[in-house]
Order: sequence, then structure tokens, then C-alpha cells
Amino acid sequence: MSHTFSIGGIHPGERKISRDCSIEAMPVPDTVYISVAQHIGAPAKPIVAVGDKVVTGQPIAEPGGFVSAYIHSSVSGTVKSIGPRKDLAGKQQTTIEISVEGDEWAEDIDRTDSLVTVIPDDNKAILEKIRTCGVVGLGGATFPTHVKLSPPPGKKCETLIINGCECEPYLTSDFRTMMEKGEQVVVGTAIIKQVLGVDKAVIAIEDNKPEAISHMKEIIEKLFKLSSKFSGISVMPMISKYPEGGEKQLIDAVMHRQVKSGGLPIDVGAVVQNIATALAIYDAVQKNKPIIENSITVTGDCLEKQRNLMVRVGTPLSYIMDYAGGIPADAVKIISGGPMMGKAVSNPDAATLKGTSAILFLTSPQTERKIQSQCIRCGRCAEACPMGLEPFLLNKLALNDDDEGLEANAAQDCIECGCCLYSCPANIPLLDVIRVAKAKILGIIKARAKAAAQSK
Amino acid sequence: MNRLIVSPSPHLHAEVSVRSLMLDVVIALLPAVVVSVIFYGLRELSVLAVSVISCVLLEYLITKYLLKKQNTTGDLSAVVTGILLALNLPATTPWWIVFIGSVVAIGVAKMTFGGIGQNVFNPALTGRVFLLISFPKYLTRWEIPTGLFGKGMGTDAVSGATPLTAIKEGLMQGSSVHDIMTAHGYSYGQMLFSNIGGSAGEACAIAIIIGFVYLLLRKVIKPYITLSILGTVAIVSCLFWLGDPSRFTDPLFNLLTGGLLLGSTFMATDYATSPMSIKGGLIFGIGIGFITLMIRYFGSYPEGVSFAILIMNSLVPLLNRWFKQKKYGRA
Repeated sequence: MSHTFSIGGIHPGERKISRDCSIEAMPVPDTVYISVAQHIGAPAKPIVAVGDKVVTGQPIAEPGGFVSAYIHSSVSGTVKSIGPRKDLAGKQQTTIEISVEGDEWAEDIDRTDSLVTVIPDDNKAILEKIRTCGVVGLGGATFPTHVKLSPPPGKKCETLIINGCECEPYLTSDFRTMMEKGEQVVVGTAIIKQVLGVDKAVIAIEDNKPEAISHMKEIIEKLFKLSSKFSGISVMPMISKYPEGGEKQLIDAVMHRQVKSGGLPIDVGAVVQNIATALAIYDAVQKNKPIIENSITVTGDCLEKQRNLMVRVGTPLSYIMDYAGGIPADAVKIISGGPMMGKAVSNPDAATLKGTSAILFLTSPQTERKIQSQCIRCGRCAEACPMGLEPFLLNKLALNDDDEGLEANAAQDCIECGCCLYSCPANIPLLDVIRVAKAKILGIIKARAKAAAQSK
Repeated sequence: MNRLIVSPSPHLHAEVSVRSLMLDVVIALLPAVVVSVIFYGLRELSVLAVSVISCVLLEYLITKYLLKKQNTTGDLSAVVTGILLALNLPATTPWWIVFIGSVVAIGVAKMTFGGIGQNVFNPALTGRVFLLISFPKYLTRWEIPTGLFGKGMGTDAVSGATPLTAIKEGLMQGSSVHDIMTAHGYSYGQMLFSNIGGSAGEACAIAIIIGFVYLLLRKVIKPYITLSILGTVAIVSCLFWLGDPSRFTDPLFNLLTGGLLLGSTFMATDYATSPMSIKGGLIFGIGIGFITLMIRYFGSYPEGVSFAILIMNSLVPLLNRWFKQKKYGRA
């Protein structure tokens, strides 16, 4: 039986043209630029100085708070500078520049390909490894994983969901990871399952990836014969629909439960982790390997050769693009991530982050915004919204600065998936307007909570 | 070096525009248009031409000279209004009456409210009802279809009553439904495929049904409004008919006459003047079906689809406020 989420959604086309390209290791660049703000929460604090020699996998920045993460050197070489550098949107971020010399790895990292299926029993030690290896959620939000795996007291996880939906068009790095490192992903899943003390883990995969579904099923069966630690893990085929991989949508699809507005998945007994995160957890716990590289899909209909590359964290996008044959002549937009939620790159010299999943080239006919006309009240935006909102109404309220109306109509619940803008036949920039309104309303809600806390 | 565009997500857009949606509606109307021209001849073609040309021209002139806004006729919505208005009139309607209908449809019902998406009432129906009330003489003179090359063309066209008018008049004279039907020789096959007197668009039920299926396949409309209208008419008329078959017409007769199919497929599903939610749409449809039958059975007009849709149009803002789709996580 197939599952999908119950409200809204769209079918933007799959365009998984890089699905048959195996993940290849990309050559290490001469210089990497490692940002200390690669996760949600406080930026990390550098713990190296200019001139220091570092090796691959050595920590170079420590967490700047509880919700924060370690950052490791992705190369061996010399720290050249520590200071502000432009990220892909042109914003200045503290960045550690390292010039590459050889490729010497930290000694405690297991660099062999051998599969380690024996999972240590000490959950505290496992969590500590996940923390010190700088593991963050790689599905897009880059939330520090050790925090997510330590539910607040009184909250119990009932179902662990491993997100293998990869519902964005064009992206194939999770698919390739399942096909090439499926065993590691399943071991990673078993580790998370054990840490959370949950009996049931579901690997959710959209039915447009039948090979991955059958491949993962086989692996689970095989590993289950080895140890009871692999019991309770199953594959759930999902009906392909965007945004299936959205955390709230996936919980609805798998568990038929909905997270309350402002609530957390754990409130309904769910923890969701991405495929790439499960692999990173395997690497951290079983191999002692921090996140120093990640797989990135380099794709686009205008690109001659599609690729899935294993790229060191901090590699300049321009270096990857040169390796992939340069920016295609008819590309007008470079996107970091998928075409629905990815960010347009304004600075091709920016470096990759742990959470970078793709570099996508789009041509003018594919991506050019068309001239906006009047709303015809067709209701397609409301039909598409996976949160059940009425984007046409929020747009109107936002243009009238009606903050009360925006809050009453749940502008703050918007997940910025882009379904509304995608579906609008009048080309109204619904999400552009709602995104700004949402930030404003969230600010008001926060300020109100703060004022209430102070008056107590 | 490429000149790069930077804009917020999403970076893709569906292959859909207002124009493509309206073009689909025009395509869905083509079977009814072709059939009406075949049945009613070249005069129907001239009614269509006058209606479409004046609707488009009026919108162009109003946007350019009165509102001083960008020309919106490219979205083809005025073409749809033009075709629908023509299909709602008898083929014998003089050109100047068709033109007045266009003025009311586009000038009054559509543009004064702010153009596409802003109107409260369906433009084509507003135009039609205005004409029905102002010029009943021309609007109730229905021509018995004689065909594109039939001898009935011109001034010696055979005039007659529509089935609904015939029933209404017959009942007032004390005849029973069955007697009236037999006297006029109405058959369901005739209503389904061709040859009943009435508005050009009612000539052939099958042509409308083909358009309905096309709109569903192209995902231009959702089926629930149309089906709730037809369902309500079928169920309610069935109850009345079972109660007294000599006074009340049967469900099939009600479904196939009086422009019910045309109205429920093309006019009740108009985006701006129908509710957004499924629940709202169902109530809207049930309301139209019920009011239609009440007018037919008890009102002084023989048919009531136009009035029923316009009455329910006025409730749409309320239905939109009362019935919203369920929001995620806010049960």
C-alpha cells in the first residue's frame, strides 16, 4: 500500500536526469573556505589560528551554544585566514580559509570501505560521537542532530522516519546514496533507533524510485539476519508528490498525525531524519568520520553531462562548476539545492556547506518569471498548499498590512514550499509576499511571548 | 560570463496561465458551438460572431479609454463570455440585442467590478437575464431547429415553444404532463442528441457533456459543483414526480432541458463566481439545483437555471468565508 500526505501538493515533474550517474569523488581544490555558520543555531567558534597546520577531519571550530555544531577541516593544509567571506547569497560569514597540502587524515578515522554492522550499546557515547563529528540534519534545515536525538523529558518517540523521498525535481544525491551506500544508511537508521529507544523505523521512499525501494528492502532483510538491532525497520513506498519530503507532510503521510502549529514532530511521537543524515551518523559512530564531504548533484537540462559528486565541505561552487564543464551558455540561474526551495546563487565563488545538496542550472524559458496579472480566484493556490492555507487571501492581507488577519489565517504556518506560486495561472508572486509577511508575524508572536514571560 | 538571475524560490512554474485555462474553456465549448451552427444555421453563426466580437471589443475599449489600464483581452476571458452569451440566446435574436447583452455582460457585470476575477455575478448570465427581462419578445421566440441548409432559414422559420415553456403553458391550461409531452412529440433521444427548441446552446446535450469531460480531463474545473447541481435536480424532481406525475415533470426531462447542462458545466463553475472549497461548492450546487426546480415547478418563468445561478452567485463571498479547507495541524 502506498501513502501520501492528505492536504494539497503538486506534481512539478521529476526531471531526475542525473539518476544513473554514480557518485564520483571530485578532486580536492587548492583552497577550501569553511564557514562557521553551517547549521541552524549559534555559529561555531574557531579553535584554530592563522598559520596552524590542520589535517582532514580535525575539528577547527567548536559549538557556539547548545544548538550549534562542530566544524571540521575537510582537507589537510595550513589555515590561511579567518574572517568574513561572502556566502552564496552574498552575505558575509566568518570563514576559515585553508590552503590544501596533500591529503593527510586524522588518525582515528576509519577510511576503509568495510561495513561495520556491530552497533555499540552505550547510547551516551553514540550521542557524543554524533555531536563531536558535527552531524547536522542534511535534509535542508541543518538542525544539529544530537539535539534532535535528545527529546525533552516526557516526550517519547514512537516512530522514526528516515526521509528518502527526495521530492524536489532534479535532485538525485539521496537516491544515489541509497543505491550505493544502502547498508550504511540502514546501520545508521538502526543506530538512531537505538538511541531514541523506539521500536519502529520507517524508510519513506517515493514510488518514482522503485530500484531504491527494492534495494533497501533487500538490505534490511539481509542485515536483520545478522542482529536483532535491525528489527522493526521497514521501507514505506510513497505516492510521488511534492512536498512529500517536508517534515510535517511526511509525518502526516506515514503516521496520519499532524504536528500542531508551532509544535515539534516529537509532540506527535515522530522524529524525522534524512537519508544523508543517517549515512553521516553511520560515518560518525562506526567510522569516527565527521562530516567533511557530502554528495552533490550537479545537473540541469542545459548541462552536457549530469553528475553526482562527492565534494569536500568548503569547495567553491565555481570550482565544482568548472569541473563539471563550466556554466552552460544558456543557463541564466544557478541554484544551490532543488528548483522548488533552493536558493539562487548570486556569488559563484561561495563555498559549499554541509547541507549543500545540488547545483542546478536553469535556462531562461524554464525559470523566467512571467508578467503578473489579476487574480482570477481560481483557488489553485489554496488547492496546492500542503498546509491548507489560502495564499490568495494571505497575499491580499499582506499587501494591506493586516497583521491580525495574517495571524488569524495562519501565515506563520507557511513552510515556503512554493506550491502556491508554482500553481498560480496569473503569475502572482504569492510566496514572495507571504514569506515576508510570515517573518513579520513570527516576530510579533515571539515578541508577544517574550512580553508575557517578562510580565510574569 | 553569464548574466545570472537571482530571485527567491520557487524557480519553476506550472505550464498554466489564465490564457491557457480560458483557451481550454473555448475548446470545451466548441462541440456545442459547432452543433448549434449545424442545427440553427448561419444566423446562429452571426449571433456568435456579434457576441464574441462585441465582448472582446468592449473590454478592449473599456480598459484602454475608461480604466486606462493594460489591455486584458489577451486572456481570452471575454471570448468565453461572448460564446456563452450567444449560446444562451435564441438564434433568431437580432444583432443589436446581442450587442446590448454584451454591453451588460462585459461593461456592467465584469468591468465595473474590476475585470476578471473581481465580478460577483457571472457576466454572460447577467447579460442574458437583462435581455430576458427587457426584451422578452425576442428572447422567448424560439426557433425549431431546421438545420444549416434546411428550408426553415430566413423569415419563414418555424417558431415554437421550448419544452419547458410548452409544459408550463399546458399545465396552466389544465393538461397533464404526459399529454403535453405526447402532443408535442418530445423524446429523450431528441433532447440528448438534437432538435429541441430553445437557446442555441441547449440544442444537444451530448455536445455539452463532451465539453464537461474535456474540462475535467484538462483539470480546468472540478466535478463537484456540476454534479451536485445535476444530482439535486435529479433527486428533488424525482420526489415531486413520484408524488404527482401529472403535474411534475420527471428527472430526465429536467436534466436535459432548459440549459441545465450548459449552465451547470460552464456558468456555475466560473472561477470568480463560485466557491473555492469543496464543501462551499457542494452547497452552492445544491442551492442552484433546488432553486432551479422551484422556479420551474412553481415560478412564473418556465426555466430557472440563470436565475438560480445568479442568486447563488451572491452567496459566494459568504460560502467562501464559512467553508474553508482544513488547515494542517489546526483541527
